[in-house]
Amino acid sequence: MSSPDRSAELLVIAERVVAMAAPGEQVEAYVSRGLSTEIRVYEGEVEHFVSAQSESIGIRVIRDGRTGTSSCGTLDASEIAEVLAEARDNLGYGEPDEWAGLAEPDGFAVVPQSLWNDSLELTTTQRKIELAKLLEKLTLAGDSRIRVDDSNYSDAAGEAAVATTTGIRVAGRENGCYLSVGTLADDGNETQTGFGFAVGRNVDELDIERAAREAVDRATRLLGATKPDSRRVTVVLDPFVTAQFLSIIGGTLNGESVVKGRSLFAQRMGETVASSLLTLVDDPTNPLAYTATDIDGEGLAARRNVLIQDGVLSKFVQSSYSARRMGLPTTGNGRRGGSGAGCLALQILPGTRSQAEIVAGIDDGILIQQVQGLHSGVNSVSGDFSTGAAGLLIKNGTLGAPVREFTIASTLQRMLMDIAEVGGDLEWLPMSATGVSLVIHDVTMSGA
Amino acid sequence: MIDNDILERVLAEGLRTGADFAEVFASDWRGTGVGLDDGKIEQLSTGRNRGAGIRVIAGETTGFAHTADLSEAGLMAAARVAAEAARQGGGGIKVVALTTQAARIVSPIKIDPSTIGKAAKVDLLRRVDDAARSAGGAITQVSAGYSDGRTRIVIANSDGLVAHDERVRTLLRVSAVANGDAGMQTGFDSLGHTMGFELFDKVQVEDVARAAAGRALTKLKARPAPSGSLPVVIKAGSGGVLFHEACGHGLEADLVAKGASVYRGKVGELVASPLVTLVDDGTMTHEWGAIAIDDEGHPSQYNVLIENGILTDYMWDYLRARKEGRPQSGNGRRQSYKDLPMVRMTNTYVLNGEENPADIIKDTANGVYVAHLGGGSVNTATGDFVFGMTEAYLIENGEITEPLREGNLIGNGPQVLRDIDRLGNDFAMGNPGTCGKDGQGVPVGDGQPTLRVKSMTIGGTAS
Repeated sequence: MSSPDRSAELLVIAERVVAMAAPGEQVEAYVSRGLSTEIRVYEGEVEHFVSAQSESIGIRVIRDGRTGTSSCGTLDASEIAEVLAEARDNLGYGEPDEWAGLAEPDGFAVVPQSLWNDSLELTTTQRKIELAKLLEKLTLAGDSRIRVDDSNYSDAAGEAAVATTTGIRVAGRENGCYLSVGTLADDGNETQTGFGFAVGRNVDELDIERAAREAVDRATRLLGATKPDSRRVTVVLDPFVTAQFLSIIGGTLNGESVVKGRSLFAQRMGETVASSLLTLVDDPTNPLAYTATDIDGEGLAARRNVLIQDGVLSKFVQSSYSARRMGLPTTGNGRRGGSGAGCLALQILPGTRSQAEIVAGIDDGILIQQVQGLHSGVNSVSGDFSTGAAGLLIKNGTLGAPVREFTIASTLQRMLMDIAEVGGDLEWLPMSATGVSLVIHDVTMSGA
Repeated sequence: MIDNDILERVLAEGLRTGADFAEVFASDWRGTGVGLDDGKIEQLSTGRNRGAGIRVIAGETTGFAHTADLSEAGLMAAARVAAEAARQGGGGIKVVALTTQAARIVSPIKIDPSTIGKAAKVDLLRRVDDAARSAGGAITQVSAGYSDGRTRIVIANSDGLVAHDERVRTLLRVSAVANGDAGMQTGFDSLGHTMGFELFDKVQVEDVARAAAGRALTKLKARPAPSGSLPVVIKAGSGGVLFHEACGHGLEADLVAKGASVYRGKVGELVASPLVTLVDDGTMTHEWGAIAIDDEGHPSQYNVLIENGILTDYMWDYLRARKEGRPQSGNGRRQSYKDLPMVRMTNTYVLNGEENPADIIKDTANGVYVAHLGGGSVNTATGDFVFGMTEAYLIENGEITEPLREGNLIGNGPQVLRDIDRLGNDFAMGNPGTCGKDGQGVPVGDGQPTLRVKSMTIGGTAS
């Protein structure tokens, strides 16, 4: 038997808090509860088994433009009263902000998502352990030079509810599972590392063979890699790398950054900011997206937003706060607890050609298969970026020798303009952005 | 927080399915955070988080469960889940008798931040905002955060240990944006110690604000960083994170045991320039990574990892030390009661050399002077690492000249350690850091004197 949806109980708790609002106060309560399992296998044995239960409540109170928040890791009634009292006390120290306020229901229809799967709950512990063991076994069988660092199964189930004095009442639950494996490849001279993963709403959706294959491939393909010479090149970003860049670009197309003078695209609305090949959407309503959701962190309907259309900047994602301050409608991208706005499920609209077809048309270039230190190397305010990378050289249309220990650098502004092709190989990844092969001209490569 | 007789019964429950080790880690955290942005105190938040994690080890298998319910019933339920997860068959009754360890204090606290009014914390940030904005007309935005936290901890295990600790950390972060003809630039600085509110009697928050603003302003005039390999001089206190990444992680016994470290099997060998002596020191009073006991109850230690270039030892937690039949080194740490402990660093630093730092710069014909490093990461199996340079200058003919825009610095840990050819006598600790490993973040410190690396790859865009 699977358990019933108890998120309604959480909504009752949230509503109880909201009912305690004093006249002139806006109150928001966000209540959540989760259960997760993590199993790590090493050399055919369970190395650790973690069973985790958590619950929390976050309360935000706004009065006269001042905001106070408080949170607590338990749902005990006595503690909740203290959390509300603390949030009230805290708002006294904030400064009035004329735009402060909770989200208001905006009538935008919720696109229902199937985020819960009963069969995952019914999966036995034994089956979960076997999956992690099988992944380790398949990975080791993939290549004699491979060792497995750890093979992991994890799953998580969460339920959450949000209620506000402005009339928001939402509750729901979600679960999913994840397999991952870390690999080491040795050739006698050196060691390289790789990883593979699979995600699903239930264990039958986990593509375990692919996870094993990719973990072997990622580690072995870098064996014997050398450091390339410094020069300017055309790069092809592997879908997984593109997705990591997209997450950063998404962070700059954010109404909160714009109103606070921190977005490099602040004055560019309606202007060409990217190659006309680029159309960038944030679409959490697409059920294929790993981060698909029906509501945002403020309880409003999640929705499809086109941020860049054919290279022209068309929209910033907004929280209710940034939207109010910019005099625009919200886009359903508020973060939990009023902590800003964020993209939920970014995607570049794909082109037509496969990565192999793209590579065949490049005389001199490099296929970037992994990046390291992207977050420390990108300044999303100035746009400067520089990242460690590894990949394969492209010579006369074919993939050649592996290279590593070099950086690629440009600015985000230039890189978007220099996009020369978008691949047709859309990949849904376990992150808030999807991947696709991307060709970018004139990137500085620093190596030897 | 929890009485010894309850801890004894919970540990016995953990051992009921035949396990050979059980542990309770309970913590109660309370903290305050204040954020300032866009000239306004945005919100003041307070939080509380308490709970216990129960670890049961049977042979090679670890079972772990955690609960926010610190009652005996809640702890017993978690112990049963952990024991079941680690079940090895067998079973039996074991009795646990606990001996409370004497309290140990590494960072004495004078003023518990929870006794300070919220208004005083808000006032610190207003001072920060004023100071950063007065640093120059080009400063267009300032954000700053203050946070403090006090965690009470109880650790008990089936070897009879019960240890208590109380940890206080106080942190200030400042980020400034400057706007010039060539676009926006950012500057960041932070201050964090295992100290109470007396921290602000010793350090003027205006200095932290001006440092952040100064970095942003300097970069307005910056030119693109070079691209390619050059000598790099790293200012004292700004590059300890390089050692944390470039070799510290590779000296963690859990990674070594799995062969995921380039330093496996290298104890007793020359792994660095003979100039380098590297230490991990949890006892360094008031530093961000200081701890009286680690999160397994073991007292923190001063551990020499590399002495005059020779690898002397790795860092150890309970599990790895037990497997090797050797003592722990006080490096078993975890993010919270919800997490399993792992081998982690504390304060990792390079001891002083003998040279005058000015001579090191004077003797460098052409290169890069790094005055502030941002975050970084390492692949411990290959030693390849990456760092962001957040404040750097060109060195031309032995003199520091023009500021550089941001870029990454990359290299290979073992190679860089061998390539250190000059070491200054001006040791300083760096900014407070958060070290991430396997999804867990823990507070760490780092430091070094001014030093030179013969050649590193600078990932700029200038040819």
